[in-house]
Amino acid sequence: MNKEQTHSHPNYVKIYFILLGLFVVSIVGPLIGIKWVTLITAFGIALVKAVMVGAYFMHLNIEKRFIRYILYTALLFMILLFAGLAPDILKSEGNNWVNVSTVNTATIDQH
Amino acid sequence: MVNNISDTDSLSHKDHHTEASFWSKYIFSTDHKIIGMQYIITGIVMAVIGGYMAYVFRMQLAFPGKAVPGYGLVSPLDYNMLITNHGTIMIFWVAMPILIAGLGNYLIPLMIGCDDMVFPRINRLSYQIFFISTLVILISFFVPGGGFGGAWTAYPPLSSEAIYNHTPWGAPLWVIAVALEFVAFLMGGINFITTTMNARCKGMKMYDIPIVVWMIVIASIIFMASVGPLIAGAVMLLFDQTLGTSFYNPMNGGDPVLWQHLFWFFGHPEVYVVLLPAMGIVAEVITVFSRKKLFGYKTILYTTFATGILSFFVWAHHQFIAGIDPRMANIFTITTVMISIPVGEMLFCYIATLYGGSIEFKTAMLFAIAFLAEFLIGGVTGIYLGASGTDIYFHDTYFVLAHFHYTFFPIAVIGFFTAIYYWFPKMFGRKLNETLGKIHFWGTIIPFNGIFIPLFILGMGGQHRRIYNYNHFPDLSTPSQQDLRVFATTSMVIMLVFQIPFFINFISSLFKGEKAGNNPWKANTLEWTVPSPPPHGNFAEMPEVYRPPYEYSVPDMDNDYCPQNCSGKKI
Amino acid sequence: MSFHPPLATSRSMTGIPTGRLAVWWIIASEIVIFGGLIASYLLFRLHYSEWAEYASHTNTVAGAVNTFVLLTSSLFIVLAHQAAIEKNKEKAFRFIWFTIGGGGVFLLVKAYEYTTEIAHGYTLFANNFWGFYYLATGLHGLHVIAGMIIMGIISFDVKKGVKLERVEYIGVYWHFVDIVWLFLFPLFYIAK
Repeated sequence: MNKEQTHSHPNYVKIYFILLGLFVVSIVGPLIGIKWVTLITAFGIALVKAVMVGAYFMHLNIEKRFIRYILYTALLFMILLFAGLAPDILKSEGNNWVNVSTVNTATIDQH
Repeated sequence: MVNNISDTDSLSHKDHHTEASFWSKYIFSTDHKIIGMQYIITGIVMAVIGGYMAYVFRMQLAFPGKAVPGYGLVSPLDYNMLITNHGTIMIFWVAMPILIAGLGNYLIPLMIGCDDMVFPRINRLSYQIFFISTLVILISFFVPGGGFGGAWTAYPPLSSEAIYNHTPWGAPLWVIAVALEFVAFLMGGINFITTTMNARCKGMKMYDIPIVVWMIVIASIIFMASVGPLIAGAVMLLFDQTLGTSFYNPMNGGDPVLWQHLFWFFGHPEVYVVLLPAMGIVAEVITVFSRKKLFGYKTILYTTFATGILSFFVWAHHQFIAGIDPRMANIFTITTVMISIPVGEMLFCYIATLYGGSIEFKTAMLFAIAFLAEFLIGGVTGIYLGASGTDIYFHDTYFVLAHFHYTFFPIAVIGFFTAIYYWFPKMFGRKLNETLGKIHFWGTIIPFNGIFIPLFILGMGGQHRRIYNYNHFPDLSTPSQQDLRVFATTSMVIMLVFQIPFFINFISSLFKGEKAGNNPWKANTLEWTVPSPPPHGNFAEMPEVYRPPYEYSVPDMDNDYCPQNCSGKKI
Repeated sequence: MSFHPPLATSRSMTGIPTGRLAVWWIIASEIVIFGGLIASYLLFRLHYSEWAEYASHTNTVAGAVNTFVLLTSSLFIVLAHQAAIEKNKEKAFRFIWFTIGGGGVFLLVKAYEYTTEIAHGYTLFANNFWGFYYLATGLHGLHVIAGMIIMGIISFDVKKGVKLERVEYIGVYWHFVDIVWLFLFPLFYIAK
């Protein structure tokens, strides 16, 4: 019943060592001290690792396609939540308006 | 594989269950029908409590400062507690358990032709957690300080600081109760989704699934996808209340509007979570009593998907005056007005189903048509509130209140009555009395409009929500306004009185009603092919489906209906 | 009380076993729980520049050790799954307990981390960064504990050769917990 019986299963140990290699890169990256390198090595590699774990360990690569769409949908809704919240929390000034509450918060925070 | 039990194996287990004791048969049963009934009965009990709360605070508003018969004097804190818990109970402990959990449990396995949910024990656990959550919310009324009084939307800092809401114990208990309830429905929802995806009977393809099952499943998916952030948010709120963290406290770098976002990111899809099952129920009833094929099965289905997806894009229209970024108001106005398109299309399909049908005005059908009419008013008034320009004026007035009661009352109450008058014969084997049913119908619908039309007028006059005594505001307590409040309250009392025929009807029909037989309404879906009430395991022989669910009045057929499992010529 | 699974459980219209399908839906619902939390945290993190300073007090070494431990335990559970497919009960049992051991090490490191941080005064109440830190890692820790308990329960069935397919289901869940950590690690420990 498991599809792995028909597919030759991937070499899990090999994937594990690739993941470890990526893990080392994500640790070493921030030591260089350049901000964008840190961001790429930290989050880019986290993403790559997550995709690899998902694809090979969770067998999403051979799972029915709609499972992937379900998970993408859940992720998309979270991006939507982020996008909806972002202008509210990150932006406190516009052309003709100022979000007074955030300005007050900032001044309170300073002391 | 242990899972590979053949059909005969599984059916032979049935006799194990028949000799079960009362406790294992009715209280700790894993049978989906019993669990569905437990949800529905809990929901009805909570509806009585929620209705009583509404009675008390409506009396206070109509006759401020006078002792309410059956309660006594209403203090401001009592009033806060009553309105908060009326809202919470009616949505989370009445609409959700009855429409999704109750009817979903009862109908899904019967309608898709299998013997039970795929995870019967998780199903039982889900009810038990729900029951505990019910106890927690009921206990919260009796703790020191009384039940939570920070409005059902629980905006911080009102909800997070006991110095504002004066309910140091009620508030955390409220959050815990709601969170437990979410857990229960997550389990139930995953059960519904997997059951419908995996356990359909042989031959039932995607477009052979009855609309009500589709809608309950889509509602479960919407619930599941929207509730997560609020669960995280509820934990933060609980920490703010009990431990003194400051996630929502702007004094220490928190953001109270974050809660509003997390709440409404769930809260708005939640409207569609309860709307869709009611829409599904109405679709079934309208088709059966029009003796006509459901108009636009696929259109309804696709518009349901569209509604489900769009419902995630509209949440901030609840926050137009909350100090959100004004640019967002543009976007959310557009999406909000857009969502009326698929919902309107669904209603058009229902009306088109009625057109040219040979309509039988049974009580269930009357409620279904009333649903369309009343929900339409709720939907149209929603346009005023979705547009940010008018919403700034209407926000937090009785116009909003009347609007959402015009949507939620048809959903939770009319939808429920439609379902109960239609499926009561299947649940208990006897029909409800039609005369009492019609008295109940008119006695519910006319006073309902009597309650909320005055509230629209009051809201447009600027009457703000959540105010204990309008006598403190000279502009809001002119004699004509007070007359409208008295009128609304009187209508409400009349409506509550007219629920008595329903309870009489319900109890007397349990014992003395007309025997229903397998298929009293001559309907097509699979639940009508089994005895009423269905035995444990539902089907003596697992059915096979040959045709779509809505084949009524097909030419060249002996009967004007043809159940889904009747073989014979394909149409 | 004897319980017999209904016929419904054995059906599989989608071609995916019901248990695995349910696990996927559970994961979808978990994505939105963690997603909501991470989205809220990230917004605050981007908004308040001083949070970078707070974040520098987390113990990166402990976080890195935990990432390594979880990745390794993920390997163990996938090997257990492979053993279950090969009907090698003993091997599957052994690898499940290696995984549980991995979870245990993870929790020990976490406990050490919490202790030192609280000793330095970085409690839940210090500020919202630490609030989110404890909330996110605590919620994740609860998932680790839940996974360990479930694995402990099923391991004895596996040893008897009963319901071997469960190894795969718990494995999928465990990998998800791993993936969540893969994102919590850069969010709380690396980005400074």
